[in-house]
Amino acid sequence: MLIHDQSRPGRRANVLAPSHTPEPSDIPQALRRRARPRLPEVSELQVVRHYTRLSQQNFSIDTHFYPLGSCTMKYNPRVCNSLAALPGFAERHPLAPVEHGQGVLACLHDLQEILKAVTGMSAVSLAPAAGAQGELTGVAMIRAYHLARGDHARTEMLIPDAAHGTNPASAVMCGYQAREIPTGPDGDVDVEALRAAVGPQTAGIMLTNPSTVGVFDRNIEEIARIVHDAGGLLYYDGANLNAILGKVRPGDMGFDVIHMNLHKTFSTPHGGGGPGAGPVGVSARVAPYLPVPLVEREGDDYRWLTEADRPETIGRMTAFGGNMGILLRAYVYARMLGREGMARVADFATLNANYLMARLQQAGFELAYPERRASHEFIVTLKREAKEYGVTAMDFAKRLLDYGFHAPTTYFPLLVPECLLIEPTETETQESLDGFVEAMIAIRREAQEDPEKLKGAPYTMPRRRLDDVRAARQLDLAWTPQQADGGGDGQ
Amino acid sequence: MPFIPHTDDDVAAMLQAIGAPSIESLFDEIPAALRSGERAEIPPALSEQEITRLMRLRAQTDEQPACFIGAGAYDHYIPAAVWQIATRGEYYSAYTPYQAEASQGTLQVLYEFQSMMTALTALDASNTSLYDGATALAEALLMAVRANRRCKSRRVLIPRALHPLYRSTVRTIVEPQGLELVEVDFDAASGQTPVERCTALAGDQGVAAVVINQPNFFGVLETVDALTDWAHEQGALAVAVVNPLALALLTPPGEWGAAGADIACGEAQPFGMPLSSGGPYAGFLCCKQALVRQLPGRIVGRTLDADGKPGFTLTLQAREQHIRRSKATSNICTNQGLMVTAATIHLALLGAEGLEQVARACHANTLGLVERLCALPGVEPAFTGAIFHEQALRLPRAPREVLGRLAAEADVLGGFALGADYPELDDALLVCATEQRSEEEMRRYASALAEILEAG
Ligand SMILES: Cc1ncc(COP(=O)(O)O)c(C=O)c1O
Repeated sequence: MLIHDQSRPGRRANVLAPSHTPEPSDIPQALRRRARPRLPEVSELQVVRHYTRLSQQNFSIDTHFYPLGSCTMKYNPRVCNSLAALPGFAERHPLAPVEHGQGVLACLHDLQEILKAVTGMSAVSLAPAAGAQGELTGVAMIRAYHLARGDHARTEMLIPDAAHGTNPASAVMCGYQAREIPTGPDGDVDVEALRAAVGPQTAGIMLTNPSTVGVFDRNIEEIARIVHDAGGLLYYDGANLNAILGKVRPGDMGFDVIHMNLHKTFSTPHGGGGPGAGPVGVSARVAPYLPVPLVEREGDDYRWLTEADRPETIGRMTAFGGNMGILLRAYVYARMLGREGMARVADFATLNANYLMARLQQAGFELAYPERRASHEFIVTLKREAKEYGVTAMDFAKRLLDYGFHAPTTYFPLLVPECLLIEPTETETQESLDGFVEAMIAIRREAQEDPEKLKGAPYTMPRRRLDDVRAARQLDLAWTPQQADGGGDGQ
Repeated sequence: MPFIPHTDDDVAAMLQAIGAPSIESLFDEIPAALRSGERAEIPPALSEQEITRLMRLRAQTDEQPACFIGAGAYDHYIPAAVWQIATRGEYYSAYTPYQAEASQGTLQVLYEFQSMMTALTALDASNTSLYDGATALAEALLMAVRANRRCKSRRVLIPRALHPLYRSTVRTIVEPQGLELVEVDFDAASGQTPVERCTALAGDQGVAAVVINQPNFFGVLETVDALTDWAHEQGALAVAVVNPLALALLTPPGEWGAAGADIACGEAQPFGMPLSSGGPYAGFLCCKQALVRQLPGRIVGRTLDADGKPGFTLTLQAREQHIRRSKATSNICTNQGLMVTAATIHLALLGAEGLEQVARACHANTLGLVERLCALPGVEPAFTGAIFHEQALRLPRAPREVLGRLAAEADVLGGFALGADYPELDDALLVCATEQRSEEEMRRYASALAEILEAG
């Protein structure tokens, strides 16, 4: 039942101070709202119970193993949240003078420095609000770099076919054409195809390494050489940084511009879809174009650098400079890892992925790239199960929910048929990985014996499989008062 | 090892299952020359107890004086239940609800959010957030230009009385796609954006969209009906940028002018989000039904499950980057989901009556403060237009200096100095007194200002 369906006229939660404000008679009648918006009228207990019960209809890291590939669903330490919520941080106005913000600025400055060191870039801006905005920022900087050199011929951004959808979408938002580069049979970028594609029209390449097929591209130095020789820049999509944190740095691989997803690698919460944070790092030649604001340290004092200090900046990505509360959480996490803990993240994320991959392979599941090491994630393809039993990766995914596991990423990357992209992360125990393997084996047995059962899954969730086609055809995007009057279909 | 559960025995058994001699050997596909060691620049690890001590100290240095700054971010009371529920692990540590059946909690919250935002704006559809108010406006303009097929131009009129940080963010995001942003000046006396000024800037090719800001950056109420009608007469889409709290008192965008604004967007921070130095907040974006396929970002729809029970799922995904790639309506993927969860709980607790009460209290507090401050010699409103909960005041002394002394001597953040963004308002300060500001704080502000001005 929607909160709206629990509404009774005149009922309310008494959370506000009583107030006896007069009619705002100085506001012209023509600008005044005629009827109150139809928001629910409910008691505080109703609100608390409703949203608590709704929360219980979610899978989450705190409640379930959540091996969603490319998303790094690792434990989000509780202390990061409670420290970011300290009143001194939470109550500070974004436009308060910096004298009243030395604490938060110190944290942000330190975070900039840690991210520089661990990625090998020469400067970092914390401004972008998520990974995709980091991409937009990064590609805009690449554009600014070429334009500043008077090079107007570069119209194409090269993007491997395995790349995340945000990569081509971000390139297009910056005015580039996205040109696809194929992935070779071993999972690495097809270097010959790349060689054939580069030219004076090449603005750069957007690469994820380890890539979204879960392998480290062994030809990265060669790729860097080819693109640089053609005058293009290398963009690093840092969604998979967890796999190599502290082991190898994008800056050392030859990348000119990178973004990081702090909600992945630095364990800030995913929040049911966000917020995240997508800081960008750059090599020295791209540094002038970084978005503002940046934090600068002068002696013991910290201050913002803005447009006035940074005349070549591409500008601002959000009104107030980024998702500060998320950056604080990432800072706490980074300090708790410390210099010795960075590589440990990659070590155990990689150990868990390779263990899970080996166990699934031994259980007879087909790997997309069986000759390769897993990075922090790997792909199982269910094309054989699809052919033999008529079940799909989606059926497996839905049935996994019944076994108490969040499904891996399905149908991404697009080039592997019936794929499950599986990322266990370093914070899972061997026992939880073993449990996942057992579930996969059991589900395959069901597929063999009773494929219809899989197609009907899930059975134990708050809802059975939802009709996406109906959702898109008979759009119902908001409760309306008519529904209430007509009884609606709320159950 | 923080957050890593493996015992030595676990590691040995797992390596054996893999058939690898060491964890290090799992990295053997990475060219050796690229490998990096531990970085001395990164400080050594701190325990939870140690980082807590450090962060408490730093947070203490940031504790705020009484804040009379608004300018796009507002100090409102947040009921205790909002964040106690929003930080439940089931919301906090879930991700985008791709697996609908295991995410009905998040999905229903988002649907309820959409329902609340469409009710507030009087429009048909809402997405489930963009990064903040400024990026929501950038996306709204890209959407408007895409949707407006009748108009060949990519020209957009944008009021100069719109938040300067919104204007600069929008510029960064939309200019690479060739949108032409033309600023419409405000009337020096009223602070409003007159329709006549728009007419002069219409251009030969016409205008694709007109931005209408209610209230505008100076807190002044615009003549939204006239601006909306003018936009529609030009064949432009009317794009509203609104403070959603103000909609408790003001005509919703869907009812502006004869036909209503086509798109409404803005910053949802006033709904339960702490100021937090600027984020995370959440941008909202609503539109008329006809434009829904151009709407960027996640959208939740109500549908039926295999048993015919109503349930919720992400819908219209063919607009999005993971399906449409380079032809998507936007690149957005991760949004501000948890902030939307907080906003939904906040709105459910307040209801329409509570929201109106907060809006009225802010309005009354700001009027009260303005009356007090304008009783001082040389202090006067910069504009004559009616306001919501902010007012630009002209001072007889340089605002920057006044602000510094107010903070140092009275523990008051006295407002936002307008001169850096508006040279003609070099002597002006933008003040805001939300429902959080007490009588005592306002009295303290007024008497400190009196002393500062008297001292000359
Ligand atoms: C490979 C890859 N690139 C980019 C992104 C986009 O990042 P975000 O969702 O933070 O915008 C993601 C994740 O969602 C991703 O997996």
